[in-house]
Amino acid sequence: MLVSYNWLKKYVDLGEITPEELADKITKSGIEVESVDFFAEKSTNVVVGYVASCEKHPDADKLNLCQVDVGEETLQIICGAPNVRQGQKVAVAKPGAKLPGGMKIKKVKLRGVESNGMICSLQELGVDEKYIPTDIATGIFVFPEDTPVGESVIPYLNLDDAILELDILANRADAMSMLGVAYEVGAILGKDIHFPDESVTVEETMAEEHISVEVDAPDLNPYYGAFVIKDVEIKASPLWMRNALIAAGIRPINNVVDITNYVLLEYGQPLHAFDYDRFNSDKIVVRRADAGEKIITLDEQERTLDEEMLVITNGKEATAIAGVMGGANTEVIDETKNVLLEAAYFDGGSIRKTVKATGLRSESSSRYEKGIDPNRVKKAGMRACHLLQKYANGKVLSGVVKFDKLDRSEKSVEVNVGKINGRLGTEISAEEIAKILHRLKFNFEQSNDTFTVTVPTRRGDISIFEDMLEEVARIYGYDQLPYTLPAGSNQAGGLTVRQTLKRKVKQYMENVGLMETLTYSLTNEANVQRLVSPEIQALQPVPVSLHMPMSEDHKYLRLSILPEMLRSLSYNTARNQSDLAYYELGAVFVSDEEKLTKQPSEQLRLVSALTGKWVEHPWQQEMKEVDFYVVKGILEGLFHFLELPVSFNRGKVDGMHPGRTATLAIDGKTVGFVGQLHPSLAKELDLKETYVFDVNIDAVFAAFEDIPQYSDIPKYPSVSRDIAFILDQEVLSGDVKQVIEEVGSPLVKHVQIFDVYQGENVEEGKKSIAYRLLYQDPNKTLKDEEVEASYKHIVEMVNSKFNAYVRS
Amino acid sequence: MKEQLEAIRSEALDKIVQVEDIKVLQEIRVTYLGKKGSLTSVLKGMGKLSKEERPVIGEIANKVRDAITTALNEKIQKLEEAALEKQLNQETIDVTLPGRPVNVGGAHLLTSIVEEIEDLFIGMGYEVREGPEVETDYYNFEALNLPQNHPARDMQDTFYITNELLLRTHTSPVQARTMLEYKGEKPFKMICPGKVYRRDTDDATHSHQFRQIEGLYVDENVRMSDLKGTLDKFAKKMFGEDRNIRLRPSFFPFTEPSVEMDISCKVCHGEGCNVCKGTGWIEILGGGMVHPKVLEMAGYDPKVYSGFAFGMGTERIAMLKYGVSDIRAFYTNDVRFLKQFHQA
Repeated sequence: MLVSYNWLKKYVDLGEITPEELADKITKSGIEVESVDFFAEKSTNVVVGYVASCEKHPDADKLNLCQVDVGEETLQIICGAPNVRQGQKVAVAKPGAKLPGGMKIKKVKLRGVESNGMICSLQELGVDEKYIPTDIATGIFVFPEDTPVGESVIPYLNLDDAILELDILANRADAMSMLGVAYEVGAILGKDIHFPDESVTVEETMAEEHISVEVDAPDLNPYYGAFVIKDVEIKASPLWMRNALIAAGIRPINNVVDITNYVLLEYGQPLHAFDYDRFNSDKIVVRRADAGEKIITLDEQERTLDEEMLVITNGKEATAIAGVMGGANTEVIDETKNVLLEAAYFDGGSIRKTVKATGLRSESSSRYEKGIDPNRVKKAGMRACHLLQKYANGKVLSGVVKFDKLDRSEKSVEVNVGKINGRLGTEISAEEIAKILHRLKFNFEQSNDTFTVTVPTRRGDISIFEDMLEEVARIYGYDQLPYTLPAGSNQAGGLTVRQTLKRKVKQYMENVGLMETLTYSLTNEANVQRLVSPEIQALQPVPVSLHMPMSEDHKYLRLSILPEMLRSLSYNTARNQSDLAYYELGAVFVSDEEKLTKQPSEQLRLVSALTGKWVEHPWQQEMKEVDFYVVKGILEGLFHFLELPVSFNRGKVDGMHPGRTATLAIDGKTVGFVGQLHPSLAKELDLKETYVFDVNIDAVFAAFEDIPQYSDIPKYPSVSRDIAFILDQEVLSGDVKQVIEEVGSPLVKHVQIFDVYQGENVEEGKKSIAYRLLYQDPNKTLKDEEVEASYKHIVEMVNSKFNAYVRS
Repeated sequence: MKEQLEAIRSEALDKIVQVEDIKVLQEIRVTYLGKKGSLTSVLKGMGKLSKEERPVIGEIANKVRDAITTALNEKIQKLEEAALEKQLNQETIDVTLPGRPVNVGGAHLLTSIVEEIEDLFIGMGYEVREGPEVETDYYNFEALNLPQNHPARDMQDTFYITNELLLRTHTSPVQARTMLEYKGEKPFKMICPGKVYRRDTDDATHSHQFRQIEGLYVDENVRMSDLKGTLDKFAKKMFGEDRNIRLRPSFFPFTEPSVEMDISCKVCHGEGCNVCKGTGWIEILGGGMVHPKVLEMAGYDPKVYSGFAFGMGTERIAMLKYGVSDIRAFYTNDVRFLKQFHQA
């Protein structure tokens, strides 16, 4: 809402307060003023002049030689504007004048003829283009004939105005009018309000002789009032009104339309003027539209309606979409003689739906949507009649033809001094509260410390104690509230076990050298299919998609974090950042429903992606690219840190290297995968060798033991034994290790692989893997025979199971 | 015998002085002092001496042994010291060469901010609650006093999945869920950080995905001044003790009265400058006293209980605190950006 400072002065005495100070006060008490714009920069020595004569310049076709009467003298001015004419009243910058932008007016000679000043356009006077009506956007500005010659143009053009832009939130519909803002400012400054003149001298003829009103949808239109104004003279509206509209961001059109807009801004009540003769009926029928019914609106667009929308008809066809926009066929035009004026109350919810369905939004609809004052509907109509009589010479017929089922009752709210102070933490006295209510212009009855407040209908947002509490608090001043801390609740705050674990896992990842990323949860069709972990894939998930996505790129809820993380990797490598080690902890969204009926399950995943160098220490010739075992090592370290057993098994995942991918399992249940990105996918993403993992961290946490229990530190010495097996190349070292652990249990405490060898002295198709076994008995010192027996048993079992033999 | 002993002494000491090798010195020790050494063999002849001579010669022999032992030890120590010095000299390295680099990871700036805020409120007795990112219309809107067709739903343009399911537009549904869980019986303090989504076109100041942190305190006799005091503490801890806060009336459907909180500009401290666009204040967060309808819907009797709630955008806090000028930087994951804040 744009509020003209000068216009506001008509309703409330602003005294010496500057626009900036006013803006600050309004902001602090409840409505944010987003900006204060000065209508124009200062100019001096610009006055109203009368063009006494206007002839062509003797030596220039496009220039005019004008004699301009500026009161004390007549100036000869050369003017290049195409619209300058003899007999106009114009804005004249006299020699010595200063214009916005630093231009100084001097006496000059143009093509040999003297020019003593300049006839100005609005632009030259510093008015922002956006405020200038299109019909006068080119050429000089022409004043109405009755403008006095010689006077400064500043008040006539409203050049000294300031525009406050108010951000009106959904609750303060009352402030979408100049009167509403006046009430607000009156309350803040403790000032009274001057109301506009609504007096009308009516004709003897009754309006009802010319029109009747029928409402078929009283639920959506509880009040419809029609006024008839005859013999209007269509012309430009008075300069002050045009200035007011311009300041409010509305383009002046003609007096009748301007008046409806002016009253809309003044009262917050939308009005609509029909051309009575073009309305072509003596009957107004308000009804729900038929499905598929069509209307051409004021903006010359054909609109198709549905049964949810309300229309104003002449009994035959739609002449307006109620509360949103009028029809082109009944619009007031230059030839209009008789006006049918609508002042109605439409249901906000219905207008809201119509606006959503049509995409049409107007000054009217935005006010109806938020709710208007039922007690101001007719008054606004009267005000418009007053102005039509005064500025369009209209003859206002007697009476309002109306349909009226409107509830105009006022709510009452009880507030108690103790309760107010208890809730605010203040010590405001009953007298102070009474004063605040007076300033708000709310009527009330007081009995001791209890006020029964009658809430005016303009404040539809107030209906309960808490609403009144806010009114009292904001006028009292939020900055007057004391600073206290909660006195109750001895709750011990803190993190849950899961939250603590999340932090620990993050800490681990960062300590081993990974950077945390944040990627979008919404992804595109290609990415939602990619790199889905096998245990999720097994659930046959259906990607969850948005009903109305904003773009194809953010359409689906991710099933894996990896694709978007890889996008980040590509982004970096394209910028010569080639060594990257990323991780992220976040949710994926899993559902197997074709059509979603319940929330998808949100699984917390820990993912990582690495590419480029992992170790780089050039002068010691130490350099290592990320490989499978680097990434696996990070994961093993994590599980070691959490003291959780995990197994890695050969696995296949779409998008991953078929020979370099493993799945992870806890207690035999797959919880994720690790491996190298498939080279063809890497190529598609412009990535070099890249390794990733993706783990269901919720499943990991589920297996985690919250409070580990102490076990004795072994007192007896351990013994180690090494065995190197010659194995077929396909045999997995992990499988052998598992057999060693099983057979060696319980004496074998730890098995380590310390050498893997292929080549000379090992036959083709075979490999040598060396294991170091650590034997320990918690209860006694181990005897050689015991170790020897176990060792032999292990060798036998491995040999027979894997067709292996011990390397000598 | 006495002469013999003296001869051994001077011969041994002479040798010790000349030798510059620890190994040879050990041999000398064996030659003179060992089981078959010359001193030992002289002493073997002591039996032939008279009672009177024996202690005299014995004393001389001991002195000779001590002299040789001391000389040997001193010489060995000296040689060892020299050898060590030589070794240390040889081992000297260029300490200005770079060390083997350790990979340094780090948290995302937004996570650091979230944890900082979590810890700050945990210190004031708050628990941390989480909830689903795909929410029902009920928890995201209805339970927060935002019924269908409420004009304030415009304030939050929503990504719907179905008519009933949507991506949460704020973390407030976690508040509703927490209250329901406590069945209207228990006073509590909680904060809920999380990802939220709105239909915004991504640009320097808008993101369709961002993070919020909200707080809620429900108890008997909660006062608006408690909200003011709590937020003041938060602002001072987060941004510095020299910063002040200002509350302004605002509107949210789930609070009444509602507030918008500004923090004094760090450059001008409220006087007005270019950084704060002349206002002296920078908008940080919204909050208010929990609307009685919200309490009631969640099972808390508004006649007994009251509460305050507040909510902030994590990105905004991060941008203000660390001077990040483009919100998209948080989601691009440019490693050069991430590295700037790994210590935050």
